[in-house]
Amino acid sequence: MNRRHFLAGSLLLPFGQAGWMARAAEAPAGQRRLVVIFLRGAVDGLSVVVPYGDDDYYGVRRSIALPPPGRDGGVLALDGHFGLHPALAPLLPFWQAGSLGFVQACGSPDPTRSHFDAQLYMENGTPGRGATSDGWLNRLLAELPGPHVPTQALSFGAQMPRILAGPQAVANIPSGAAAEKPLAIDRPGVNDAFARLYGGDDKLSRTFQQSTQSRQQMQADMAGGMMDDKEQIAANNGAPLPDGFPGDAARLARMMRQDPQIRVAFLALGGWDTHVNQGNAQGQLAGRLKPLGEGLSKLVTGLGPAFQDTLIIVMSEFGRTVHENGNGGTDHGHGTVLWLLGGTVVGGKVHGAWPGLAANRLYQQRDLAVTSDFRDVIGPAAIRHLRLPGGAAATLFPNAPNGGGAPVLVRA
Amino acid sequence: MLRLMCLISAAILFGPSARADEPPIMLPPAAMTLEGARHALERLSFGPRPGEIAEVHDQGVDRWIAAQLSPGAIAESPALTEALTNLPTLADSNAQLYRKEAMLRRDKSDDGKEERQAFAKAVAGDAMTAHFDRALLSNRQLQEVLTNFWFNHFNVFLGKGFDHVWIGNYENEAIRPYVLGKFRLLLEATARHPAMLFYLDNWQNTAPGSRGAKGKEDGLNENYARELMELHTLGVDGGYSQADVTELARILTGWGLRTRPERGPFTMMKREPDFTFAFDPNRHDYGDKRFLGFTIKGQGWQEVEQALAILSAHPATAKHLSFQLAQYFVADQPPPALVDRMARTWVQTGGDLSAVMRTMIESPEFWAPEAIGNKYKTPFEYLVSSLRAAKATPSDPRPLFGQLRQLGQPIYGIETPDGYKQVESAWLNPDSMARRLSFATALGSGRLGKDEISVNEAAIRSTLGQTLLPQTDKALAAADPRLRTALLLGSPDFMYR
Repeated sequence: MNRRHFLAGSLLLPFGQAGWMARAAEAPAGQRRLVVIFLRGAVDGLSVVVPYGDDDYYGVRRSIALPPPGRDGGVLALDGHFGLHPALAPLLPFWQAGSLGFVQACGSPDPTRSHFDAQLYMENGTPGRGATSDGWLNRLLAELPGPHVPTQALSFGAQMPRILAGPQAVANIPSGAAAEKPLAIDRPGVNDAFARLYGGDDKLSRTFQQSTQSRQQMQADMAGGMMDDKEQIAANNGAPLPDGFPGDAARLARMMRQDPQIRVAFLALGGWDTHVNQGNAQGQLAGRLKPLGEGLSKLVTGLGPAFQDTLIIVMSEFGRTVHENGNGGTDHGHGTVLWLLGGTVVGGKVHGAWPGLAANRLYQQRDLAVTSDFRDVIGPAAIRHLRLPGGAAATLFPNAPNGGGAPVLVRA
Repeated sequence: MLRLMCLISAAILFGPSARADEPPIMLPPAAMTLEGARHALERLSFGPRPGEIAEVHDQGVDRWIAAQLSPGAIAESPALTEALTNLPTLADSNAQLYRKEAMLRRDKSDDGKEERQAFAKAVAGDAMTAHFDRALLSNRQLQEVLTNFWFNHFNVFLGKGFDHVWIGNYENEAIRPYVLGKFRLLLEATARHPAMLFYLDNWQNTAPGSRGAKGKEDGLNENYARELMELHTLGVDGGYSQADVTELARILTGWGLRTRPERGPFTMMKREPDFTFAFDPNRHDYGDKRFLGFTIKGQGWQEVEQALAILSAHPATAKHLSFQLAQYFVADQPPPALVDRMARTWVQTGGDLSAVMRTMIESPEFWAPEAIGNKYKTPFEYLVSSLRAAKATPSDPRPLFGQLRQLGQPIYGIETPDGYKQVESAWLNPDSMARRLSFATALGSGRLGKDEISVNEAAIRSTLGQTLLPQTDKALAAADPRLRTALLLGSPDFMYR
C-alpha cells in the first residue's frame, strides 16, 4: 500500500464531517493570502540586499563584504546601487518579473538589541510594549471576513509563536515530513473517547476540538497533489530532507493550493545570529540563505496561479552592526531589510530611504539607521492586499507613526 | 612565544554553605496533608510515582522537602547508578572528548566521516540518556528539577560546533553541583565551561590590535557579554546600556579556550591545544573599564571575577531570577509580593539559591489553592511524569527523544540562549495536544518505544490525588476499559502539575 492510499484510507475513518470542510479542489482565483516568514536571530540585511554602491561599504567590512556584480562571488545586480546575495539566485527571476521587492533600512523604532524583546515587539505589533499579549497576525485574522475555520491560519512548528497568539483559531504542524504521519488520536475509537473527555468549552477542550478538525483538514490537504511532488515522494521513502525549509515550503504550497480556507501562514527560521565567521559569497550566512532562496522559489512554484494572490513577507527582528566585529562576524544592530514577494507586490525595486553607511549617518554610531518603520510597511501592504477595511490598520499596529500616509508597496 | 595562563579556581573564594544547622522547614497546615504531599511532588519532583504521595505524607512533607534541599545526603537510586554505568562516554573529560572529535575531524575520508558521526551520536546520546534517566529515576528529584531549570537558564545548544561533545559534562560539572549553592559559583562554572565559551563565542573575543590578535581573532565579540547580562543575570530591563555591553565585552577579552599550542617556560615541551578553559593575557584589553557605574582597573582575568561578582549581587539579578524561579515553581504570572520576598532573601544571603528556594517553598503563595495544579507541563515534564506515574522504565529511552523533538522540546536542542519557555502559552496548541494524547494512548496500552510494559490503572489513578475533574470521571465511566489508562494519562488532571 503506498502512502497516498494509506492516508486517503485513514481519512475515511476518523472524523465526522464538519460543515466548513466543503471546499474546492483548488483555491478560487482572487482569494488573497498572506505568508509571513520570520528570520529569528537577526539577519544581516546588508548582506542580503548589498549596498555595494555605497562609498563606505567596502571600508567597514574587511572580510565579509560581497564583491560588486560581475566579480568572482559578486552580488547579483539589482538597481546599480544594491545587489542581491548570490546564494539567493533562485529569486532573481521574481525580481526581474517585478514580483519581488525589498525595503532596505527597515525596522522597529524600539532601540533594543535583545533578540527576544525585538521579536516580541515585531510579533505583538507594539514596539516598547511587551504586555500586549496577542499577535498582529491573530488580530489580522479577526479582520478577515468569515467563516473563521480551524485551518484559516497555519503555523509551522511545535510551539505557537507570539505573532499568532490570540483568540482566533490557528492550526499548527511540525516542521518536516513527520507532520504527515497519522497518530493514534486519528483512530476513531481513540478520538471518540478523548472527545468525551474534551467536549467542554474550557481551554484544553477548545484546543482538542481545533486539533481534531485541523488534523482532518490538513491530512486531506497534504494527501492531495502528493503524487506530483518529488519532495514528497522522497519523504515517503523515509529519507530525511537535505534541509528543512524547502520541504516545508513545498508542503505549505501544496496545502494552500488544496485548501482555499488557509488565509494566513507563518514559518520561522533560525540560525541568523552570525557573531563569528559570517562569510560572504560562501560561508555560514550563505549556507542559510541558500535553502531560504530555494524554499521561497519552491513556495512560489508550488502555489502556481495562487501566487498571484499571495503576499509573502520575510522579516527579521533587527539587523547587525555595520562594522564587522573582531571574529569575521557581526553583532546585534538596528535596521535591516524586509522582503516582499507576491503577485501584488510593487517589485523590482529597493524601497525605503537609504540612510547611508558614513560614520555620521549610523544609528548610535554603529548600526544601519531605520528609515522605514516595519508597521508602516506591513500594515498598509496587508490591508490593501487582503482588502481589509482601512480601520484595520489601527488594530494591527495601534501606534504606527504614519498610518495611512505611508507608501503602499502592493497593488490592489 | 605564546603563553597561556591557567587560572586557579575561584571556588576557594567561597566556602561551601553549611547545612547542618538549618532550621526546619516551616510550612502552612495545608501543606502537611495528602494533597499537600501531592503538590510538593508535582512541583519539586518530576511527578509522583504510585504510592509516593502517601510515603511523603507519612514522612512529613516538611521533612521530605528538607531532605530534598540537601541532595548530597540522599542515597541515589541503584537503578540509576546502574543505568549511568552503561553510558561509557559520560566520565570522559572535556579535553579527551575534544581531542577525539578533533582527530576524527581531520580524517576527511568517507570512513572518517562515518566514524565521526557515530562518535558524535554516541556522546550526545549518552548525555541525553543520562539527563533523561536522572529525571526519571533519581532519588534527588529536586536537584534534577533544578538542574533542568538552571541548564535551561544557562542554555547551550547541542548543534553548535563542538558543543555536542561537551554538553553532558556541562550539565554534570557546571550546573548540577551548584543548583542549591551560591549563584555566584553557578555563574562562574558556566562562564568557564568550554560549552558556554564556545556557544556564545567568547573564546574568540579579542582586544583589537593586541599582541595575541591575529586573523579572525582581532576585535571584540559582544555575544556573551550581552547574554550574560540580558539572560543570565540582570534581565533585559535590568538597567544596563549598550556601553555596558561593550565594556563587559572588553573585560571578557582573552577569557576563552586553550586553542593555541603552548610552551612551558623552562622546557621546549609543547602543550597541544585541548580547548579547555584558559585566560590569554595576550588577547586581553588592559585598559580601565567603566561597567554599571563601577570603575574596573585593567588587570586581567580578575576583572572578570569582579564583573561576575557585581552581576551576581545586583538587585536586578535578584529580582529577575526570583521571578523566573517563581514562574517555574509557582505560577506563569507569579505573585509580585512573593517575587519581592525571594529577591530580598537573594540580596540578604548573597545569592544563596537554597535560601531563595526555602523562602519560596515556605510562602503561603506556594501552597495557595490557586497555585495547585495550575502549571501546564512542558513536553519533557509530561513525558517523564507519565513514565513515573506508570512506573515504566524504558530499556532504552532514545526512541522517546524523537517524541520530545516532535513535541517541540528536544533535549539540549534549543538553538537560542533564552532556552525553552516555561509557560502554558508556549506549549498548549492543537498539534501538541494531538501528540500528547497519542503518546498517552500508546503508553496506556503498554507500548513504550520497543518495549511492552504492564500498566496498572489503579496505580496511575493513585498519583492523581483524591479527586478528579468531573469531566475526567465522566469520560472514564463511559470509556472502553482498554482506553481508561490512556484517558487518565491524557486527562486535563495529568496535563497540569
